[in-house]
Amino acid sequence: MNATSPLYELKDLSKRYTRGKETVTIFDALDMTINTGDFIAIMGPSGSGKTTLLNLLGGIDRPSSGEVLFEGQRIDNLSQGKLAKWRAANAGFIFQFYNLMPTLTAAQNVELPLLLTSLSGKARKDRVKTALEIVGMGERARHRPGQLSGGQQQRVAIARAIVADPKVLLADEPTGDLDRTTADEILETLQLLNAEMGKTIIMVTHDPAAASHAKRELHLNKGRFEEKGKA
Amino acid sequence: MNDATLVRKNLFRKRLRAVLLMISILIAFLIYGMLGAMQNAFSMGTEGAAQDRLVTVNRINFTVALPYAYWGRIQQVEGVRTVAPASWFGGYYQEPQNFVQSFAVDPESYIEAYPELVFQEDQRLAFIEGRTCAAVGQALATQYGWTVGERIPLMSNIWQQQDGSQAWELDICAIFDDADGTYPTNYLMLHYEYFNESLLFGRDSFHWIAITTEDTSQNDRISREIDELFANSPAETSTTTEAAFNAAFMEQFGNIGLILTWVIGAAFATILMIVGTTMVMAVNERTREIAVLKTLGFTAPRIFRMVLWEALLLSFIGGLIGLGLAALAAQGASAALAGFLPSFGLTWTNALTAIAFMVALGLITGILPAWNAMRVRISEALGKV
Repeated sequence: MNATSPLYELKDLSKRYTRGKETVTIFDALDMTINTGDFIAIMGPSGSGKTTLLNLLGGIDRPSSGEVLFEGQRIDNLSQGKLAKWRAANAGFIFQFYNLMPTLTAAQNVELPLLLTSLSGKARKDRVKTALEIVGMGERARHRPGQLSGGQQQRVAIARAIVADPKVLLADEPTGDLDRTTADEILETLQLLNAEMGKTIIMVTHDPAAASHAKRELHLNKGRFEEKGKA
Repeated sequence: MNDATLVRKNLFRKRLRAVLLMISILIAFLIYGMLGAMQNAFSMGTEGAAQDRLVTVNRINFTVALPYAYWGRIQQVEGVRTVAPASWFGGYYQEPQNFVQSFAVDPESYIEAYPELVFQEDQRLAFIEGRTCAAVGQALATQYGWTVGERIPLMSNIWQQQDGSQAWELDICAIFDDADGTYPTNYLMLHYEYFNESLLFGRDSFHWIAITTEDTSQNDRISREIDELFANSPAETSTTTEAAFNAAFMEQFGNIGLILTWVIGAAFATILMIVGTTMVMAVNERTREIAVLKTLGFTAPRIFRMVLWEALLLSFIGGLIGLGLAALAAQGASAALAGFLPSFGLTWTNALTAIAFMVALGLITGILPAWNAMRVRISEALGKV
């Protein structure tokens, strides 16, 4: 795959929920292509389906109809077990509230995805060290989440997301719980991962300032995408 | 780090809760161990009892005496080989709390009727021939540090001598053991003649008579004939196998096995509910973390196994500590209880059964939370649409 080849292709994608007797359509007949190396910000009002779309891209939810192709292969019809393996190999997740394990140190949290690989203990330690240094948290490896600030926890979460060298980073409001300065630092880190390491990043955000760090901004509204041009 | 690290960290994430749960499991296994030790002690008498040896007692109960003449009359019944009468002495050594299980016996017939008792030949002869001789079981001799050649005063809390004394001076002429470790050696035997001649009251009577026969297939007939021999007399008899007699004796304390089963069952049922409920709550609290693990690529079966291992680890830590404490306590108590319950202690069967209980406890308390964890839906648990 080169830098402009399609990483994701969404074809005629629909998602509907049933609430009681009512069927709620989140989006319908959505088509989209995301290329390798993209940094996309998905914006939209609450309930527009941003996180649902991210879940579909991350293989943690299934569409009501349509297809999700990753590197030309459908992932929407994989079994739960195969999807888990696909996620471990291809996707890194960054959450709004970090979702670190409170009983583990920063290094142990970062090591979690590597438990799903066949790497040796030493190789895992080396990778964890590198990932923490990339996000500037090398000195905090032995700290537990409770001993870290929100920004530091999010950096550890980013290290966890990149440690297994996934092809795509899926970030759900990664700066939603942070002050402006810290948020900008996190976004700069994501920009660095995109620019220097070639990571494809898909970020859901409410924040226009956060979205401005992305290469593309997609606005999801009433089940349709509008692409906002970037200078 | 590996899955075991995650299991351990999750188990001890709330240390007070984990410790309290372990203590509750520990107590259940401590109860199991101590009651098991007691059950072993109570069952020793019936396990060691011979199926082919008969015992005759007064039909009312064994505390009511049988006349001396029955000894000779039973000997006349066809097929009877040995008749060994005995009287309960009710002894203690120095202080009333130093209970000594002791019987007055006819040494020659008693040793013949109980071939499982192992004597050194010179000591056996000395016991038979010495009127003031006593034969002491190995366990009892060890308990009080008695040796052959020693003279001891043995007090009776039932009998009185003609001079008003309740103390019998006894020479320890023999220390006996049992052949295969199944028969208790926590008692003392003294000469019936010496005992009987010195009594102020209750002379010429026995409390039970042990009988061996020429052909054990004739035991039913012999039992029947003995009891018919004394039918309608002031002291009617009841003749059964020794095993049945011992079992009936134990039933005087109630159905020990049933009581123990109920107590242990109640303890485990309570623990199951407490641990099971707490495990479900503990895993529910971690729904979000489980969802994150699944998001990272941990498969549902792997999460199921991790939660199940957590419950098993909890069960094994509490259970093994409880069982260990029970073994130590039983060991400590066995010396103090040697006079009453010579086999008070845990066996390998108890230990293996306890381990099976630990596995069962872990599986039963872990299966529901593990199932719930396995079924966590990531998108719902992470709480967003």
